Amino acid sequence: MSKPVLGIIISVISLLLTIFAVWGGQRLIEQRSAGLAWKALTVLLLLAASTAGLLIDVPRLPIVNESIRNLFFHVPMWFAMMLVLLVSVWYSVRYLRNPSVRLDILSHEAAKAGIVLGLLGLATGSLWAKYTWGAWWTPDPRLNAAAVALLIYGGYLVLRGSFRDEQQRARISAIYNIFAFAAAIPLLFILPRISGNSLHPGQTGNPGFNKYDLDSTMRPVFYAAVIGWILFSFWLTQVSSRLSLLQEKINENQ
Amino acid sequence: MLRDITTLLAKDFRLEWRQRSALGGLLLYVGSTVFVCFLSFSLRGGTPPPPAWNALLWIILLFAAVNAVAKGFMQESAGLRLYYYSLVPPQAVILAKMLYNALLLLAVATVALFLYVVLLGNPIQNLTLFVGNLALGAVGFATTLTLVSGIAARAGGNGATLMAVLGFPVMIPMLLLLIRVSKNALDGLDWSVSSSSVTTLVALNLLVGAVSYLLFPYLWRG
Repeated sequence: MSKPVLGIIISVISLLLTIFAVWGGQRLIEQRSAGLAWKALTVLLLLAASTAGLLIDVPRLPIVNESIRNLFFHVPMWFAMMLVLLVSVWYSVRYLRNPSVRLDILSHEAAKAGIVLGLLGLATGSLWAKYTWGAWWTPDPRLNAAAVALLIYGGYLVLRGSFRDEQQRARISAIYNIFAFAAAIPLLFILPRISGNSLHPGQTGNPGFNKYDLDSTMRPVFYAAVIGWILFSFWLTQVSSRLSLLQEKINENQ
Repeated sequence: MLRDITTLLAKDFRLEWRQRSALGGLLLYVGSTVFVCFLSFSLRGGTPPPPAWNALLWIILLFAAVNAVAKGFMQESAGLRLYYYSLVPPQAVILAKMLYNALLLLAVATVALFLYVVLLGNPIQNLTLFVGNLALGAVGFATTLTLVSGIAARAGGNGATLMAVLGFPVMIPMLLLLIRVSKNALDGLDWSVSSSSVTTLVALNLLVGAVSYLLFPYLWRG
């Protein structure tokens, strides 16, 4: 098969996977039952991936050496962040079509879970950069992109804080959520490819999928970590949104 | 729809012309920042090195754009909004506002570039690319900031601060592309070096315009 055709097929498959993950994530977050099975799976996957990530043999590549193990922590956190932010945007879209307090809370809590994962990803990445590049922060396109993503969601929280009327807060923050995501996030994937001088691994092609994880022992651990962190982000959103919904109920009854 | 847009556009220009203090303030703002740059660089031999020249021009334009666009929706009271709502579709309002802001920023960018070149020297080697990129930047700032200013106006209170907090993160990727192309134009690099950035910029402008068009009716409804 020729290379462009393969590229298109891979893109379509990843698009379908993303849509499925967002849909499944919403089902899991809104679930009313205890959902013991997937939560047990999350714990198992995260424990297994973290243990294996620290213990398995990794290929010794120049410069990165042992720090390649960060692939099992840093990259899955960003994947989970992107996905849970997409879930948040989708809740915002649903809010605008059909306003309800519940959808607003779900969108807000999903965005907060995304911010937590983003901060974790930033911390792990910064630590990694200190040991491989010798600096906590460099003006690399991909690092700028991460900073922009967190600034946007900082702005989102500030915007939410500046309203007194709840309905107006819900509607206008949903609008900003969709607008900022649509205007900035796609570019964060395109910009590093255009500038072409990024030192960040996974700079061309799909982020994270390049020569570093071609090693067959690393792949299963990496995939387990990705699925584990994504499920974890949904779990986090579920717990915090349940808490907010209960608080909302108490406020109403008073 | 088209007639609504032209009417609203004409109304905005007429308002601006009757209230010349805002326009004058904007031009004075650009003029004085350029003059401050001129004074600080004249301490060391006159013209700044091209990277500093480029960075300062875009910072001046960015802040001028935020100031210019910020007042657009903030001047309008809730009663006035309701009046418009009964007359025209919200899509006409946002399109007219974006168009008006784009024209205003194009004018401001032209004045700023003229003053800047006169006072701080002209290191531009590829003028067509530079001016084209500047126009693209003005239009891009207008499309991005129009919806943000609508959002900030609704929050009340410190609208200008909120506008910077909400607008800058969204604009940083666009600004990075603009500064890159502008640097290429300054250095007189071949068109093929900047073509992909320029296409991305055009696509980004269209995307932001389309998203604003879709979201504005929801902003207006309340």
